[in-house]
Parts: sequence; C-alpha cells; structure tokens
Amino acid sequence: MKLNRRTFIGTTAALAAVMSAPAVMGQGKPRVVVIGGGAGGATAARYIAQDSAGAIDVTLIEPQTTYYTCFFSNLYLGGFKEISDLGHSYAKLASDYGINVVHDMAAGVDRTAKTVTLAGGGTVAYDKLIVSPGIDFVDGSVPGWSVDAQDKMPHAYKGGTQVELLKAQIMAMPAGGVFAMVAPPNPYRCPPGPYERISMVGHLLKVNNPTAKILLVDPKEKYSKQGLFEEGWAKHYPGMIERIGPDFGAANVSVDPAAMTVTIDGTVEQVHACNVIPAQKAGMIAAAAGLTDGNWAPVNPVDMSSKMDPDVYVLGDATNQGDMPKSGFSANSQAKVCANAVRGALTGSRVFPAKYSNTCWSLIAPEDGVKVGAAYEPTDEKIASVSSFISQTGEDAALRKATYEESEGWYTGITTDMFG
Amino acid sequence: MIRSTLALTCLLGLWAGLSQAAPLGDPEAGKKVYNSCKGCHEVGEGARNGVGPHLNFVFGRKAAGLEGYRYSKSLERAGVAGLEWHADTLDAYIEDPRGFASGTRMSFRGLKDPQDRANVIAYLRLYSDNPANIPEADPTARMSEYTVDAALLAMDGDREYGQYLSGECKACHLSDGADGIPSIVYWPEDDFKVALYAYKSGQRLHPVMQMIASRLGDEEIAALAAYFENPD
Repeated sequence: MKLNRRTFIGTTAALAAVMSAPAVMGQGKPRVVVIGGGAGGATAARYIAQDSAGAIDVTLIEPQTTYYTCFFSNLYLGGFKEISDLGHSYAKLASDYGINVVHDMAAGVDRTAKTVTLAGGGTVAYDKLIVSPGIDFVDGSVPGWSVDAQDKMPHAYKGGTQVELLKAQIMAMPAGGVFAMVAPPNPYRCPPGPYERISMVGHLLKVNNPTAKILLVDPKEKYSKQGLFEEGWAKHYPGMIERIGPDFGAANVSVDPAAMTVTIDGTVEQVHACNVIPAQKAGMIAAAAGLTDGNWAPVNPVDMSSKMDPDVYVLGDATNQGDMPKSGFSANSQAKVCANAVRGALTGSRVFPAKYSNTCWSLIAPEDGVKVGAAYEPTDEKIASVSSFISQTGEDAALRKATYEESEGWYTGITTDMFG
Repeated sequence: MIRSTLALTCLLGLWAGLSQAAPLGDPEAGKKVYNSCKGCHEVGEGARNGVGPHLNFVFGRKAAGLEGYRYSKSLERAGVAGLEWHADTLDAYIEDPRGFASGTRMSFRGLKDPQDRANVIAYLRLYSDNPANIPEADPTARMSEYTVDAALLAMDGDREYGQYLSGECKACHLSDGADGIPSIVYWPEDDFKVALYAYKSGQRLHPVMQMIASRLGDEEIAALAAYFENPD
C-alpha cells in the first residue's frame, strides 16, 4: 500500500520536476540582484550564493561600505556597546561567497526590462530581484518635524550617525534637563524599540544626570512588553519617566526643532534633547519600483514574492505580510524562505515549506534583559502568528541576566548569519 | 537513489500543502454568528460595557478582568484562579457557558456547532491586539499539524531538508559553534533528537527553543539531527 503510494508520488514528482525546469537555461548563469544590505538583503544574498555554490550570479546593491545595525543601537545609547561594535563589513560576502557587492544607491527599477538603475549611473540586469530597503519616514506625520530637522531632533531610527548624534545631545543636556521622545504610531520598525530606548536613556541619565527627566509622548494606547517595561522603569528609574498616552492628548503632538519645544494637545514643553520617531513607510525604492500599496509592499506569505510582480521579492520592514513584527530577526527569517524559493525557481533545487520566526530581546537596565517571540506560518491570507511567548514580570535576576547574555549571543549569531 | 530523491521532493511538496497554518475560522461568517451575541456584548470601535462586558481586547484578558464591569462570582473565582481568554478557553466557554462556569450570568444556551464557534472566535480576534504591533499577542491561526507516514519515520533524516531548516537555528547559533549561544554542531544524531524532543514536550524550559521545537515534526527533527551531525 505504502509502496504504491510512494511510486505514484514519485511519478508526479518527476513530472513536476520537468515542468519546473529553470526558466533561464541557455543564457548563462541566472542573475539575482538584491537591493539593500541589511538583515533581509545580506542574508538572502549570502544564502543564495552559498547554497547555489556558484550556479547563480548574485549582486548586492548597498550604498554603505560599513553597515551599522539598528538593532542593538539602544545598547550603544545606554553605554553597553561602542558604535564600532555595531559596524559590519561586506568584505566576506565578496571574498568568501563570490557576491558582487556594489556600493551604490539603487535609483530605480524597470520591471519590464528587468533592470535596476544605479544612482551613480549604469544598470544591472536581473532574473529575480530581491528588494529589502528597510524604512523611510512619512512626511508630516509629526507636525513641525521633517528630515531637514533631523540634526536638531534626531530620529535615530536607522543605524549609525543618527544614533551617535542623539547620544551626544543627551550627554550635553543641562543638569535636570528634559529628554523627550515622540514615539511612532503603528506599524513601525521594532515594536519594543522605543521603550528599550527609553530604558537605555534612563540608564544613561541615571549615571550622568540623575535629576534629568524623560518625557515619552506616545500616540498608542498600548505597546509591546508594556508590563515588563513599566515594572522595570519603576524599579530602576523611579520618578524619572513620564509617559503621556493618547488619553492625555499624545496623538495631537507637534514639535518646533528651532525652539526645542514639544507641544502636546496645546501645552508647550521646553525640552533639551528630543528624539522624534516619525510614522514609517517602506524604503523609497519599493514605491519607486511600483511594489507598494499604501505605505508598504504586499507580499505572498509562502515565499515573500511581491503581489505586484512574480519575479520580485520584498523582505523585512518594507513589507506588508501579516503578523510578523518589523524587526531584523523577522527580515533574516524571511530572507531564508525567500532564498530557498528563488534558488528553486532559478535552478530547480528543492523548495521546502515556509516557516518563520522572530524573537525581540530588550535591555531594561544592566543585566535586566527580557524577550518576546513568536512562530509564524503562512495561511492563504497572510503570515499568521501560531504561537507566542514573553518574559514574565517578577522574574529573578539570574534569569534576566541569562536573557541579556542570550541577546548578546544572538547578536553575534545573526550578524554572522548576515555577513559570513 | 534518484528515485528516492524524487519521491522525497514530492512528499515535501505535499507537506508544503499540509504545512499551511489554518485560520482560527472565517471572520465574515463569524460576524453573522455574532448577531446572537451583540444584544449584550459590544465589540469594535467605541464599544462599551452593556448587559455584558465589551469584547475588545478580550484575547489574553483574565477572566472577569475588565474594570468597571460587575461579573458573577463564578467568573471572578475563575479569573483569580488564572483563567485567561484565548481561542481554546473561549471555545469551551461559549459551547456551554453554564457548564463551563456554573454561576455565570451570561444567559446564553451556547453554540453547539464547532464551526460557528471557530468563526465567531475568528471574528472577535479582529478586535484584539495585532501581533505585527504587539508580538506577544495571541496567535491568529492554528499551527499546522504534521501527519507523517510511518514509513518516513524509519527513513534517515533528510540532510538537505535539515540544511534548509537549519537557517532558523543559525539566526542565533553560530554555525562554527564558537562562544555565545550554545553550539549545536557535530552532535551525535540521537543526542540532538533527545534535546529537541525535550523542548518540544516542555521538559526543557527555554521559551525560544520550546517555540522552535513545538512546530518541528518527527521528520524535521530527524532532518536537523542528520544535518547538524556533520554540517560541512
């Protein structure tokens, strides 16, 4: 009985294998172009290059020569990491994996001709395109703020110089001064990120400017790990942090970067450092390539292919996929499913079922780490959460320390997974 | 050799079909079922307590956990004892409210059709936290169940499938097994399986590993064990 079934299955598979023969045979090696060298793009490029063992020509387009991770940038703010700890080179992706790393900005995509135009001139042709551009900001989401004001009121929501600038401004605050954060509306990159940042700024001020205050202006009613953060703030930074939610007018906020004021429902607050995290949308190339519907790029939940174009895949924060939070871990997880599907489409290699996962660690205070995570699977509609977990309030110090140490191990793990 | 690879390819194709998570139910159909609830329970924007408590954010809420509503002693006791509302507990409660919580003031005979219950639960789930924004929020689908042919279990682990699945491990575990998160490379196959089954069963307590292992079928654990025994 089983033998019969297997024989039958085998025949069907042979047929399927013939039908899925590579689409680009006879034209030299199939070409994959990846736009964006972050957690989605670098991972996808590396997995495709590594697993295809030279059968696919992989080009990675990324303007920066050193990538500064946005994840763990809060730990730099808190003084637990140096900025250099967060910088990563693309050298190994070129030397060890044979990826053609092009340090330029992708300026446009011609999906008919299947080419990517570079800001520095020239075009790159693709058979499959992977777009992993991260986020950009929605104009006008915080009245008074624009990208032009990012030196006065940094967003610090992309890795690198913005985060350094924010830390310098916090360190320069007068004794007893006020640090304000305007938190973003949903959906945004890294759901617990703003609140871990509040924690890390709390630690920085506790050490350097203990009478300073933190004003958190938050348009959301609730947020991830809220109970854990509130418990931690009361324990480690009592009296320092005030959160103003939408019930007290936080959805009606504007800023004046020149005057360094924040106006909450008509009340003007003078502040000394201000972190404005605006509303977010897919990195601009996604819209320029016609891959977005609204602010985000819709994708098919089984393989991250664009709903606009079967030869284009979109990864990470830029996507609208369902239940996965926008995070580096999510992007890295999606990249592996995508890499397997792209390789299968181009070389006929085996395509396995999609499984996705995410874990977000947050540091509340020295050695006080917490985490939240979930497993995801595709349904017809979306990538759906199928189970989740979260650290508990009241956990003992040893467990919190172990959770923090685990996050450091994860950082080493994921950056190795991205950059080789 | 080739034949077995082909057979496997297709079996994996079948798993791919089976491995889709199932939605909790059909929220559109659930909206109709909800007609028999809405005389007492409001849900959606601006919902307030009426004869019964409003049902916004009910998923993950402690039983009798809404401030400003006077619950029965029975549900209050259940909440104090730790009862929370999730897809499974809601299902049990609305099937037979008085059977589930004998003193409940919810005068509703219950929904006997499991599909009706699934659909109304899917509808209500729309009005609780969105996991994309609050990752710890309740799931929105049921994990796929891997039903595996017994013949497959006798088979050696499929290294290539294991290599694919290992991508999930390598987000944290270094592939060369250096320091940081514990090394998982070059383990004897059996040890690897024992460890994963211990997480899957809940005997070993790490929440990330329990989550990962909970959705690995036998063939996937075998595939990972075969791959990690000799990943080069």
